[in-house]
Amino acid sequence: MRDSLGSVRTVLLLGGRSEIGLAVAERLVREGAREVVLAARGGAGEAPGVFGALGATTHSLEFDAEDADTHAAVVAAAVELVGDLDVVVDAFGVLGEQAEYEADPLAAARAATVNYTGHVSVGLAVAARLREQGHGVLVVLSSVAGVRVRRANFVYGSAKAGLDGFAQGLADSLHGTGARVLVVRPGYVATRMSRHVDPAPFPATPGQVADSVSRGLRGGATTVWAPRVLQPVFAGMRMMPRALWRRLGR
Amino acid sequence: MSRPTLLTGWGRTAPTAARVVRPRTLEQAAQALTRAGPRGALARGLGRSYGDAAQAAGGLVLDCTGLAGPPRLDTGRAEVTAPAGTSLERIIAHLLPRGYFVPVTPGTRHVTLGGAIAADVHGKNHHADSSIGAHVRSLTLLTPVGEVHRLGPDHGDTELFWATVGGMGLTGVITEATLGVHPVETAHVRVDTDRTGDLDSTLDLMARTDHAYRYTVCWVDLLARGAATGRGVLTRAHHARPADLPAPQRREPLRYRTGTPLPAPPWAPPRLLNRWTVSAFNTAYYNAAPQRRRGQAQPVGGFFHPLDSVRGWNRMYGPRGFVQYQFVVPFGEEDTLRAVVAGLSGVGAPSFLAVLKRMGEPTPGPLSFPRPGWALALDLPADLPGLARLLRGFDERVLAAGGRLYLAKDSRADAETVHAMYPEIPSWQATRARADPGGVLVSDLARRLRLV
Repeated sequence: MRDSLGSVRTVLLLGGRSEIGLAVAERLVREGAREVVLAARGGAGEAPGVFGALGATTHSLEFDAEDADTHAAVVAAAVELVGDLDVVVDAFGVLGEQAEYEADPLAAARAATVNYTGHVSVGLAVAARLREQGHGVLVVLSSVAGVRVRRANFVYGSAKAGLDGFAQGLADSLHGTGARVLVVRPGYVATRMSRHVDPAPFPATPGQVADSVSRGLRGGATTVWAPRVLQPVFAGMRMMPRALWRRLGR
Repeated sequence: MSRPTLLTGWGRTAPTAARVVRPRTLEQAAQALTRAGPRGALARGLGRSYGDAAQAAGGLVLDCTGLAGPPRLDTGRAEVTAPAGTSLERIIAHLLPRGYFVPVTPGTRHVTLGGAIAADVHGKNHHADSSIGAHVRSLTLLTPVGEVHRLGPDHGDTELFWATVGGMGLTGVITEATLGVHPVETAHVRVDTDRTGDLDSTLDLMARTDHAYRYTVCWVDLLARGAATGRGVLTRAHHARPADLPAPQRREPLRYRTGTPLPAPPWAPPRLLNRWTVSAFNTAYYNAAPQRRRGQAQPVGGFFHPLDSVRGWNRMYGPRGFVQYQFVVPFGEEDTLRAVVAGLSGVGAPSFLAVLKRMGEPTPGPLSFPRPGWALALDLPADLPGLARLLRGFDERVLAAGGRLYLAKDSRADAETVHAMYPEIPSWQATRARADPGGVLVSDLARRLRLV
């Protein structure tokens, strides 16, 4: 349950090894969360020591984004472990290489499964639980890559576009139920996942994304951009003529 | 079944959704309780508790304001009986013209009788008359298993009675109650007012003179700094006699007038109440109060319920809402009080409703808040930066001093702290388990503080 000052008790992180997801979870623990469930394929591995040091208990769950059949059970298992889900951070995803995807359609389709349909099945399962408990927030890690899909990474970008639209629709469907969705649109974030990509303008660190999420949770926002300047930047990008947009090198 | 409704407390923070039904009879309430789902059920009154005490996320909320009806005054026994959803406003309006007053009233009369008992509310006469639980002659409690208990301090299941007084609605639904009432000759109080220059003189004056008055309370200016830290306006009063009133009012001494409340604007900008606006208000209020005035006749409404003259004043804090922080520390722990006042003054916390009160004898209710000592209540905007950490620091000091927080006000404390402040929680839980073996009754407060 979120208290009057915005602290929560429980956090479920879908994508339990995501650096951004872990930064968000750490921020929530610093603000008072006491139970963290890390859900990832093969479990979360060594739970980051920081949660324990801050007085929170960490649990690990097996979670395979591609195995939609198991998603409802994963959510139920998290509830079994910690009770009501106060904040669910939906942070799993793969970036990959656009050139490789273009050469291997099957790999591209698998990435799209992880980056889009996996979020649909687990997102709906989470939403059902939040609706039933009458409170809670689903934080969805979207990306500016989905705001206007670029030639340079359209496999990843199109999945994020789908995810972003799904999350907005889900937010509207939950209106008035006590549950809500926060859509997070980071730009370039330096992590293991993005190591092979050159930094883009207005980069953020996982900690800065966590700051934006924390602000959004407190203020009751429906969307946050990280950093904030990306909102006007992408408002401009959307206006760019197609012929120019197509030629963007990245 | 009804659609989910978003509910908050008076502080308008942390909304959660519940299905709401409005029973009009005990039978309908009993019926409703049998339909509670796995997320439980809870009674709600007029929603004046500040935090999450009257909301039950995902559950069934019984809006008990339908359990209302005309109060029945028994002058022979000096007691009044009313359905639990009846407001104190209605009870006071019934009693005063007949020469009686409620034994205890909190700072608002817009609370239900049942809610007042469930929170074991206190008023400006706590040092003399204890809290409302001490004046409950009997009550009717409906439990989720469908039993109807008639309880009192001297009859029925007294353990369950005291678990219900201050029990935050977690032992059952109170459907009716009988209170002892106090005879009065007028609808006014005779007020003595003194302005104090700092916290120590406030404490000193209260300690020396409290016993001589039935009602006392001190408003404290938390934004005054330096030598003026903790300056206040102390008001002390008795019920007035007809001779105390100005001549025009002597003709109808028991006439009860409340006036039409002014509505607060429906929307206030965020941070309307900030350090500067509140500081200006506090300074004006302090300076407007007389240095010393004796025997001023004041209508009971204005004296006991000043905020009721602005309808929906809670909206003034803007969309993010506000929190109320109220604690009591034993006499002799004035240093804790000084530390809290200095801490708030130091960060410029914009609180314009800080109230200091000396508390007297408690009731035996295991979850009842009042204990002998100093109680300080204040409200703060929920979006004040660093507020969570500041209040956690106060919690630690209050706990170390042997004090406690008021559950009807709390919206943010942690379970461990509250359990340490209320050592009788385990025995209360055992009593509750007898009344509600299925664990149907639950609130967001109860979940957050692991009361159930």
